[in-house]
Amino acid sequence: MNYIWSGMIIISLICAAANGCLDETAAAALDGANASVTFLISLAGAMCFWNGFLKIAENSGASGAVRRLLMPAVQLLFRDAPEKAKEYITMNMSANLLGMGNAATPMGIKAMNELDKANGGALHASKNMCMLVAINTASIQLVPSTIMAIRQAAGAAEPASVVLPILIASFGGCAAAVTAVKIFIRR
Amino acid sequence: MSFIIPAIIALTVITALLKRTPVYNSFTSGAAEGIQIIIKIFPAVAAVMIASYMLRASGAMDMLCGIISPLTSCIGMPAEVLPLAMIRPVSGSGSLGILTDILNTYGADSDIGKIASVITGSTETTFYCICVYFSETKVKYSSKVIPCALIGDIVGMILGIIMVKI
Repeated sequence: MNYIWSGMIIISLICAAANGCLDETAAAALDGANASVTFLISLAGAMCFWNGFLKIAENSGASGAVRRLLMPAVQLLFRDAPEKAKEYITMNMSANLLGMGNAATPMGIKAMNELDKANGGALHASKNMCMLVAINTASIQLVPSTIMAIRQAAGAAEPASVVLPILIASFGGCAAAVTAVKIFIRR
Repeated sequence: MSFIIPAIIALTVITALLKRTPVYNSFTSGAAEGIQIIIKIFPAVAAVMIASYMLRASGAMDMLCGIISPLTSCIGMPAEVLPLAMIRPVSGSGSLGILTDILNTYGADSDIGKIASVITGSTETTFYCICVYFSETKVKYSSKVIPCALIGDIVGMILGIIMVKI
């Protein structure tokens, strides 16, 4: 990110000098900063809204329901993993599905530590470990709340119009990553 | 699709009432988390928006889009979305900043805006995720998972573009 960000700024300054619009570019930098504040304030309302309703769902046991649905999939993908690890993996996946990234990461790390023990402290990642990471990097979300909040704040007529495409795209991406792990990673 | 949001609200509130969950307190504690997320992503969003405003004002954005559009158009991706596709695997809040910027510039309901939303929603910060998950294990060699995860990201992005276009 260091290089990308510096690169963006340096490239724009060079182009600005070449196009003779240094003044406009300098002004744009401040405009950008202002716009980010304005936008995040309008985003705050939508974020409160979505996180509020997600919290209600979480407290009324949505994670438990999702977990029961996920168990068969976890059994299938992590056949030889220890039970403890499977439990954490299910919790990690259900938190991801419900868009609770803050809850998903700690569970994922616990699952990873269990898989690490099962891996006997080997220096090479086991197949199960790769599978868990592949599933997490594909992030399937039932309710993509942050995206909807941002769209709402940006004045979308239908913030939810992207929910179905996101579900299908992330499911396809996840399936591709899982297949890739199945094919290319042996142990 | 306009029924999705009311349906989610009705479903959560009714289930919560049936299960005797403290609905109001749950909502407010969730809203507090929402504010914390805003504060957490603010610095990165500001940084990225400054840089992308500069890129556009200087004419560098037009130039870059001109160079890369032949590459992106073959998978049907608008060139304007490419910066997002490149930053997405590296930085979560950075990509939210770029998404914000794209939605405000090209419109949330434009094809570009929708594709950008779907790409951000259907992929993850792959590299960050790999680092964090392996951080507490004894594993030193985990690079073999990177191609698999990236295959997932690319398939997700292409599917997202197709889903928006049809």
